[in-house]
Amino acid sequence: MNWLLVLPILIPFAFAALCLLFRRDAGMQQQLGILGGLLHLAACLALLAHVYKTGLITMQVAGWPAPFGITLVADHLSVILVAVTGILGLSSIVYSKAEIRPGMLAAGYYSLMHILLGGVCGAFLTGDLFNLYVWFEVMLMASFGLLVLGQEKEQLDGGVKYVMINLFSTLLFISGLGLLYGMTGTLNMADLHLEIQKVQDKALLTAVAAIFMTAFGIKAGLFPLFSWLPVSYHTPPVAVSAILAGLLTKVGVYALIRMFTLIFTFDVAYTHGLLLIAAVLTMITGVLGAAAYNEFRRILSFHIISQVGYMVLGLALFTPLAISGAVFYLLHHMIVKANLFLISGVSRNAAGSFELSRIGGLYRHRGFLALLFFIPAFSLAGFPPLSGFWAKMILIRASLEVQAYAVAGAAAGVGLLTVYSMTKIWGEAFWKPRPSAEAGKSLPPARSEGEIWLLLPITVLAIITMVLGLVPGPFLALAEQAAHELLNPDIYVKAVLGGA
Amino acid sequence: METVLAFLCGIMTAASIYLMLSGNIIRFIFGLVIATNAVNLLIFVSGRLSSHRPPLIPDDVSIPSETLANALPQALILTAIVIGFALLTFVFILFYRTYQSLGTVDTEKMRFAEPDGENSDEAARKGDGK
Repeated sequence: MNWLLVLPILIPFAFAALCLLFRRDAGMQQQLGILGGLLHLAACLALLAHVYKTGLITMQVAGWPAPFGITLVADHLSVILVAVTGILGLSSIVYSKAEIRPGMLAAGYYSLMHILLGGVCGAFLTGDLFNLYVWFEVMLMASFGLLVLGQEKEQLDGGVKYVMINLFSTLLFISGLGLLYGMTGTLNMADLHLEIQKVQDKALLTAVAAIFMTAFGIKAGLFPLFSWLPVSYHTPPVAVSAILAGLLTKVGVYALIRMFTLIFTFDVAYTHGLLLIAAVLTMITGVLGAAAYNEFRRILSFHIISQVGYMVLGLALFTPLAISGAVFYLLHHMIVKANLFLISGVSRNAAGSFELSRIGGLYRHRGFLALLFFIPAFSLAGFPPLSGFWAKMILIRASLEVQAYAVAGAAAGVGLLTVYSMTKIWGEAFWKPRPSAEAGKSLPPARSEGEIWLLLPITVLAIITMVLGLVPGPFLALAEQAAHELLNPDIYVKAVLGGA
Repeated sequence: METVLAFLCGIMTAASIYLMLSGNIIRFIFGLVIATNAVNLLIFVSGRLSSHRPPLIPDDVSIPSETLANALPQALILTAIVIGFALLTFVFILFYRTYQSLGTVDTEKMRFAEPDGENSDEAARKGDGK
């Protein structure tokens, strides 16, 4: 039964290889790509259902017992994220069918996409620190490739900066890993939880914790380490932006949550205090960046940063309510953010530009698209009863519970600024009439035969957002269960090491 | 011996950071190479240096009878070297392609993804050209 654990990793890699075999045949690649996405989603949902029913499951790869071999673990946090990965993967793949040119298909677009999905799922499911590093690398290589696939000037420029900073973060990660191994003699996360209590020199451990915090902070886009994100996320094709925006920073957040609930919990006042400061500053600087720009995808990129702040805030507060808030926020944000990027692409097709000053009138000409934008945009901003409202409300309530009034105020204020920048896109792109200078120019031809492939994933993601908002109960229960497991690491340790 | 290697790690890291911060993508690559090796050395040293026997267990016993060298750091480094090599190849190709396309190796002059005047006509025209 535990084969379920491997499927979300194996299926994408199998299809990556298959797509590479048919790289000259665009039609075949598209079919294979979509089939792979469907199977991957099915595997992810099956895993979610299984863990929902029976609780945390583990698998020892090749039968080596826990602290020696590689362990795969699926707890509630992992499976929630894996399931969302499946959904986003399929959405982007379907969207790509109408967007990606044959030239990019021949360069291995679908293979990279599937490798990315496999890498992300691997990172979510592994129970071994060095293995996590390997999955990070797999994921990074695929994202590097996807980011520069079109070889436009902006892409190469954004790609170079993305590669530089992410490689540095990886080096920090592996040096932290080396030091941690030197102090504890193990790299299995559950074993680390036990071994770390035996280490005498807690100050040195705190230094290692800071190294990990910096490494994952770069991946997650925490203040002040986020500069790579707004340089690069608006340059690749829309489907690529969407999958990167939905998944990659969240893997950084996931790694932070995992490390700072399971391993580095010996000096909560210091480490989580530091995370709290970083989280609040991330929220504020991110949203100010979003308010300052006038390009559709760049505004969205800055929003990612600000939203990552909320998730890390939930981790930093370190109460059951706050952690379940962070998990729910992850779930909500991944879906909404990927969807907004996908919508930006359709708006560009309809109006001819990503520059807000040069587009307009989308509400009048494309009413359905305006509705589709409205749902995720105002969910992101936190309007009731959409999913973002619950996510923000839990986090604000959690900060009020620990009497962090300033933090709660900042979270609420950032919410207001998010509304401001979202209404900016709404007012400029959808509400105002088309700028007269542009009105005479002919628009790029509406690709009506392909447009169904663009609108289908957007509609599905919007429906998921509505469901998350209108029926939050079962999802909140999942998040609470995840928080319960995260705050009681014994469950995790017992499952991995078998009662030791 | 550990002290010497620790100092070496420190020197290599310092040199690599100096190179990586220089704003020139060629120097960045050299910095990256040095940093990768510094990290590998770090893992190696943190696994304890020793002159024990190689980790081989004779056929007729299942537990090693005497102290053995720690094989795990070497396995880790081996993996890290392989991954690092793949990354390095990618970085070389990407940077060469960037140099061909943008005509510069100076990161300060690479302003294509973030044009200076955000709302200037030029930036807007570029948005159109995509």
